[in-house]
Amino acid sequence: MTAIKMVKANPKDVLTGEYYLDGNHASAEGGIAAGCKFFAGYPITPSTEIAERISQRFPKVGGIFIQMEDEMASMNAILGASWGGVKSMTCTSGPGFSLMMENFGLGIMLETPCVLVNVQRGGPSTGLPTLPGQADMMQARWGSHGDYEVIALAPDSPQESFELTIHAFNLSERYRIPVFVMTDECVGHMTEKVVIPGAEEIDLVPRRYTDKPPEEYWPYIPEKDLVPLMPPVGKGYKFHVTGLTHDYRGYPVINAEVQEKCVRRLMDKIIKNAKDIIWIEEKDIEGAEVVLLSYGITSRVVQPAIAKAKKEGIKVGQIRLVTVWPFPEERVRELASKIGAYVMVEMNYGQVYYEVERCAAGKCKTVLVPHAGGTVHNPEDVYVAIKEAVK
Amino acid sequence: MSTVEIVEVRGKVEKEHPMEKLLRMDRIPHIWCPTCGIGTAAKAFASALEQLEIDYNNVAVVSGIGCTGRVAGYMKLDSFHTTHGRAVPFAVGLAIAKPKMKVVVFSGDGDLISIGGNHFIHTARRNVDITVICVNNFIYAMTGGQVAPTTPIPANSSTTPYGTFEHPFNLPLLAASSGAVYVARWTSLHVRRLTKAFAEAIQKRGFSFVEVIAPCSTLYARRNKLGDGLSLMKFYHDNSIIKHGADPREVDIGFQEKIVVGKFVDIEKPTYLDCLNDGYKRVFGDAYKVYGEEDEQN
Repeated sequence: MTAIKMVKANPKDVLTGEYYLDGNHASAEGGIAAGCKFFAGYPITPSTEIAERISQRFPKVGGIFIQMEDEMASMNAILGASWGGVKSMTCTSGPGFSLMMENFGLGIMLETPCVLVNVQRGGPSTGLPTLPGQADMMQARWGSHGDYEVIALAPDSPQESFELTIHAFNLSERYRIPVFVMTDECVGHMTEKVVIPGAEEIDLVPRRYTDKPPEEYWPYIPEKDLVPLMPPVGKGYKFHVTGLTHDYRGYPVINAEVQEKCVRRLMDKIIKNAKDIIWIEEKDIEGAEVVLLSYGITSRVVQPAIAKAKKEGIKVGQIRLVTVWPFPEERVRELASKIGAYVMVEMNYGQVYYEVERCAAGKCKTVLVPHAGGTVHNPEDVYVAIKEAVK
Repeated sequence: MSTVEIVEVRGKVEKEHPMEKLLRMDRIPHIWCPTCGIGTAAKAFASALEQLEIDYNNVAVVSGIGCTGRVAGYMKLDSFHTTHGRAVPFAVGLAIAKPKMKVVVFSGDGDLISIGGNHFIHTARRNVDITVICVNNFIYAMTGGQVAPTTPIPANSSTTPYGTFEHPFNLPLLAASSGAVYVARWTSLHVRRLTKAFAEAIQKRGFSFVEVIAPCSTLYARRNKLGDGLSLMKFYHDNSIIKHGADPREVDIGFQEKIVVGKFVDIEKPTYLDCLNDGYKRVFGDAYKVYGEEDEQN
């Protein structure tokens, strides 16, 4: 693994203190603390408070907030700003997420660090603008055309919205990839205590620039960790980057050989570094009969059901996916032969569940507790599913 | 006899191209058809940079998709080949991140005005300090000659096989009415005037727009039986009327009709960042640190 020298956050950017904030405001503060200085967005419920807070805070920290004409423009503008050397982010929800997919793909192809917060609401189409959902998880994974790997984080609270937005910036700079923060209307609009630490406690991954002179530099020669180093704009590198399939020079080459190399590395830089990226929280796994998987707000909603099942003597373990993508395949596969069942609880009709089912590969039962969104699960439904799973 | 001629031509090609400093010679030959007008526009752009004597490190080119979208790939500058229609918003992000940089969008008419139309009008409205060059060949060429929002009635295209009947856009009017501070139009054979227009546009603070009327030799010319590219290029040139300061409302282009060319708009207006800084200074006073005065990045 290539060692990265972390830097401390700038005290001017960090609103150190204890607050009551909702998840959206906390996420905005996370971005600012991470050194984000460019935000391009388009209003959409239930994510708009992020844009509003940024628009209010940015003039005071030297950042530029711009409300673009639509989400395609927003996504492109943050890519352009990132190439200009400025940390950038946007936020959106359902319909806007669909529109951003086009240029999320460009971000993947050009290998552009930036952060996209999706405050999920119920879908499809306009769906439930003001109510929660977790049904964009597969869109996050596969929403833009072509083959690629993604990183998606799922905060379960305003505190984590703050922390994971910073973490998303670090992963995006580390792996040169646009990173998703997949929150939801509940987390976005719930107000809780948020502790913003001092700048000296916040470690940031700085932009990974090349130290080669322009005449020796090509944009897509990767380091050992498969991540190529970026050129600074305006310094005579005169580099070219394209959304077309390209070679190490960044020049378009339209054939199967270069396609294989280009796409393979885009995927491998995440797959081969997955162990460093994956972040899951496990609880009571040892001797568990059933392991409940969840992420985001749902991981809090399931707690009464788990407590009730435990009272009845059922051994329930838990895995909370802090990173949903890349999916912790190895761990889920390994545990499948040791437990009786997985219970997947998510606010959709089965998305991450299919990954659980795939990795369980018939070695244990897999039970989905679906929900179309609009409100969170009734813990009673989760309890019934746990009972079913251990039957 | 013909063999000798070819050898002579090859001999000339091997000499250093006068614009070598600004071209990615390792990517030549380019993909454009012989007598296409895009190459001429790209060369005029390079000449403009040379005449301006500006630091080439400080110029970036952003393109979208299409034949003209390939310009970014041939200019030896920091260059970005983005998605269809989105060169302008990408350029907006880049220009704001690097306020001292000259950011130039090179796009075709379909890319810029059809799929990218919304970005075009809003960026002109904001008066973001970028230059937008549109090579208008009246057709979608890269995809094989489909109707464009600029195709004049009743030109034939592969998706209007019976001739188009839709009203086309008048690009200078669209740019001017959306807020552009500099609007000019020339044909690709007005090389000297085009070069001058590019130089003025690049120097202009704010949203500057230059339309280049160019022949598509392979598709538009052939489908509409307008001769080869060179004769069409000459036709556009010979049928143009130079009218500086012409009212943009009166510069529509009809099918094989007269083309009004010239500099139509050249006004002063605060840029997006000027307005942003003024707006925040009004509220925060001296506590506000003006954005873009010093280049902090990198």
